[in-house]
Amino acid sequence: MTLFDRLMRLDRRWVFLFLAAVCIAGYYIDYSIPIRVTNEVRSIYKFIDSLPEGDIVFVAIDYDPSNQAELHPMTYAIMEHAFRNNLKVMFTALSQNGPGMADQAIRDITDSVALDRTYNGQLYEGREIKNGVDYTFLGYKPYYAIIILSMGQNFRISFPTDYYGTPLDSLPMMRGVLNYDDVACVIDLSGGNITDAWISYGQGRYNFPMALGLTGVMTAQYYPYLNSGQIFGIMGGMLGAAQYERLADNPGLAIDGMRVQLPAHIVIVLFIIIGNIGYFMSRRRQAMEGR
Amino acid sequence: MRRQLPFILVFLSGAFMVFQYFVPHESSEFVYEFLLDWLTIIGGFAMVLGIWSLIRVSYDKIQRKRENWGYSVITLAGLFSMIFFGITNWQDGFGFYILQADGLNNPMFVHFFDYILIPIQATMFSLLAFFIASAAYRAFRARSVIASLLLLAALIVMMRFNPLFGAWIEDVANWLMNVPNLAAQRAIVIGLGLGMVATALKIILGIERGYMGQG
Repeated sequence: MTLFDRLMRLDRRWVFLFLAAVCIAGYYIDYSIPIRVTNEVRSIYKFIDSLPEGDIVFVAIDYDPSNQAELHPMTYAIMEHAFRNNLKVMFTALSQNGPGMADQAIRDITDSVALDRTYNGQLYEGREIKNGVDYTFLGYKPYYAIIILSMGQNFRISFPTDYYGTPLDSLPMMRGVLNYDDVACVIDLSGGNITDAWISYGQGRYNFPMALGLTGVMTAQYYPYLNSGQIFGIMGGMLGAAQYERLADNPGLAIDGMRVQLPAHIVIVLFIIIGNIGYFMSRRRQAMEGR
Repeated sequence: MRRQLPFILVFLSGAFMVFQYFVPHESSEFVYEFLLDWLTIIGGFAMVLGIWSLIRVSYDKIQRKRENWGYSVITLAGLFSMIFFGITNWQDGFGFYILQADGLNNPMFVHFFDYILIPIQATMFSLLAFFIASAAYRAFRARSVIASLLLLAALIVMMRFNPLFGAWIEDVANWLMNVPNLAAQRAIVIGLGLGMVATALKIILGIERGYMGQG
């Protein structure tokens, strides 16, 4: 049996082992990765950065823990950026396990914003982020298409109270805030079909500025909406989140995670190339033997 | 009449929803909001039915000791324990909070999510990377011209996520995403949209009767 035949019959456990070793090494070896920022991500950063203080950014946390690695860093980066710029944030979580993800992100970011930090050479003093004043978490309701439609009329149709049971009208931040007309933009961070509903029933019907944060595999599917102007930006996968962190000068989960994703991708590409070399060489040998 | 009444209701509701989309008058908005309220309520009931169905199926499996019945025990235990933690809190003395949201701050409710559900789901999804690597190694072969093109495009787009390969690969990947991918995706989206309009019209006009249990 030649080397190429062996390559063709390589036990998949070797692939698993090699990939695991590379991921673990990537996690523990500290090295920096150059992150180039694409226009799709820059436009989201610029949009949020240009909003006047007090404007409301609507963040839809529509993902479950399975998409945590790619989408949670986006939530953290956007929330921190918004709160540091004294913007207000509204959250919904229309996937089943979304409320837990949103709740966790809110807890972590309110702790982080309480500390003094310097971003892009500017000192941001720590401040207390208060529920109902700086953010409102509407929570979860089943049947996302209906909820997205109803919020276009009035947030109170589907969410008379927030996630913590407080009536929306008693929250200082929500006074005079009726529907999407009163938010500066909607950013949907999603790992599934909810994005389609946000585009069709939300943006399509109520015409608000919208941006997307998606898993890597979903990204290609949503480029038509970027091109048509229905959305003003896309963050794709962990790299999209890392680009946002780089722009915000706030290295976090995504830039850390890129140290693992990058070698893992190289390994997968190498395996594909090796597999193809083995395939061509064994085919060539078979052709020569047949001649 | 038993068969005609649902068709009339579907026709009237469908026709009204189409009408009100193009007529943003106050009275049409009022009826629209009223219908949205109803949809939310019906959605809530559907969720209750789903939970009831899960309990019934799991209970039946346990009672008859069907294959893998142990998993049903875990399912029900998880369901009931999360419901219990979600409606109770013992931080300031034990209490039930069925109508208030205090149970959401129950440390057990938060910890079960943060330290059990998140790691389980994240781990399950992470395993995909290994299967993708193995599958790509075995199946991603340049067997024909079309397969070679697909392989090449996939490699370039994958390397786009890799900042080490320089700006040129990003330019090529962006072209792939913005030109061929965009053209194909747009065609799919337009096709889907037209299909949805056709299906909706068929339902409103009573041509498609699948929801009545008829073909």
